[in-house]
Amino acid sequence: MKYLGIEPEKIKIGSFDFTCCEGCQLQLANKEDTLVDFLALLDVVNFREISSHRGEDYDIALIEGSITRADEVERLKKIRKRAKILVAVGSCACFGGVNQIKNKFPIEDVVREVYGDDPVETLPVRKVSDIVKVDLEIPGCPVSKEEVERIVVNLVTGAEIKFPKYPVCVECRRNLNTCVFDLGQICLGPITRAGCGAVCTTGKTGCIGCRGPAEEANYEEFRQILKDHGFTVRQALERINFYGGLPEMVIDES
Amino acid sequence: MKVDMKIDVHHLTRVEGHGNIEITVKDGKLEKARWAVVETPRFFEAMLRGMSHDLAPMLTARICGICSIGHSLASLRAVERAMEIEIPEPANVLRLLAKHGETLQSHILHVFFLAAPDFFGVPSVIPLIKTHPEVAGLAVRLKKAANDLCDLVAGRTTHPVSLVVGGLSKAPEKHQLREIRQVFVDRIPDIEATIELFKTLSIPDFVRETEFVALKGEKDYPWIGGDLVSTDGVVKPEDDYRAMTNEYKEDFTTSKFARLSRESLAVGALARLNNNFQFLEEKSRAAAEELGLTPVNHNPYMNNVAQVIECDHVIRESIKLIDQLLEMDLGDIKADYRVRAGEGVGAVEVPRGILYHEYEIDSEGLITKANCIIPTTQNNANIHFDLAALAEQELEEGKTDEEITHLSEMLVRAYDPCISCSVH
Repeated sequence: MKYLGIEPEKIKIGSFDFTCCEGCQLQLANKEDTLVDFLALLDVVNFREISSHRGEDYDIALIEGSITRADEVERLKKIRKRAKILVAVGSCACFGGVNQIKNKFPIEDVVREVYGDDPVETLPVRKVSDIVKVDLEIPGCPVSKEEVERIVVNLVTGAEIKFPKYPVCVECRRNLNTCVFDLGQICLGPITRAGCGAVCTTGKTGCIGCRGPAEEANYEEFRQILKDHGFTVRQALERINFYGGLPEMVIDES
Repeated sequence: MKVDMKIDVHHLTRVEGHGNIEITVKDGKLEKARWAVVETPRFFEAMLRGMSHDLAPMLTARICGICSIGHSLASLRAVERAMEIEIPEPANVLRLLAKHGETLQSHILHVFFLAAPDFFGVPSVIPLIKTHPEVAGLAVRLKKAANDLCDLVAGRTTHPVSLVVGGLSKAPEKHQLREIRQVFVDRIPDIEATIELFKTLSIPDFVRETEFVALKGEKDYPWIGGDLVSTDGVVKPEDDYRAMTNEYKEDFTTSKFARLSRESLAVGALARLNNNFQFLEEKSRAAAEELGLTPVNHNPYMNNVAQVIECDHVIRESIKLIDQLLEMDLGDIKADYRVRAGEGVGAVEVPRGILYHEYEIDSEGLITKANCIIPTTQNNANIHFDLAALAEQELEEGKTDEEITHLSEMLVRAYDPCISCSVH
């Protein structure tokens, strides 16, 4: 099959899920307009959620989810050995994601709360790069399907991969939205990396930082915005800690 | 008849999450048939403790990548019932519309992407793009319509953004509603073609009587809140959901099991249809009858058919809901509320069956205790006991290992299990 009129060499790709909701890999199937063209570029050799084919000869491994059990550590290491390029997909893989909220409680307490006297095995949540070398990170909860597609196409065609350095605020203003701070909500748009199209703030809901820190974020200014709108950093903390992607420097303030 | 057999499907494919099928036959007798969930738990109930009530719907949406709108709605209902918040009527209609979008999206994903390859004898939907372009076309068009509806109403299909405590943060514009209405009208021939397609597929012949549990319809096919009902005649109020689920734990699985009047129960599209057949849209009901699906149907493979019928129903009802919204003031979509302490249960019919969230909230608006019971958790025991009955039936008929493996995989897939959800 041709992609945009040319016949590229198909790249072998595998998608692997660890501890997560599997919403990120679903995004790949959710872009119906370009799905057929996108699939024409790829040789999907291992994608358990949509296919019974279980190939081990993949060039690119997409890793979704965080790592929370010993068998996952072993599985991840095996995939790393086979893959030429390993991509962490989504906030769980990149930062631990919402799963890492668990880490603020003692592990025995967490297990008892859910399983009572029938405990199950679990470890503190780790991100993929805590275990193996990661070649590329695509954060987001869920990932933006446009972004994943663009990146995979760039990987296949050998084009350079770039992420925005500016924060969500820039995209939000471009969408001509009313600032959600002015709607009375806390928003992490000033410090979170753009690329999502400001989908949450356009829906009049404050950003909770799923894409991690923006390179060009100004934390001093963010503290000032919080202050000007009558919020403390403490009130913002619950959101800052939601995905585990934002730096501690924002946290240690009065 | 076969003497020895060992079936071990490690990490079943084309399902959401990680589960294994294990069947052992020795000297012609079924020794073991298990449905073992090996998914890693995430401990959402533990994480919720100490969290602000308005973040609970956002956190719990992340339990599931497919039914995140359903989780948000169950979470919102639990919070709003705990704090006695009445949401404006247009918000109720918009939430139900988002729910319909999700039901359609999830069912189409399951029927075409996960289940259909078995009927066509291919490993995934990808080869169908070449061999059966008309089938792939139906799947893509229906799924896109569903996702576009969710994106429009909830801000995003996976992990919605505009479903918030008190109602919605943002309503669609009326011209957008008119556009999506037309898209749904245009999809009616597609769902009718899907129904015709299903008339040509052969559904495996297997019956094991069980108890089907669903929300109880009063005037309409039920989706959000209300009494609970079973085909064995049990009726309970929403708040008594624990008496309807009776969770318990088995050693070989990380997801819990559930039961009511029998050793297992079933929830989902087939359970809803079996309990609320009379509330289906007239045309959907007629299509169900043509497909041989009338209550009470005890063939679990018919859940695929029930999902197709529900797709037909939600497409038709969505058009009616949009017509209602076009007559409403969409400026009135969010109630102001006062934070107060309380306890609340939210029961919502999500694609795979009834989902329950229950929270205790303190006077600061922080969650102090949470419980979530997932549809797949309620189905696990039923899947488990079905596997044993299926293996015995097929052994009697002298089927091969491969045939029994294939039928077992199809059986589990028919439930559309959402395994990562079930071990939230």
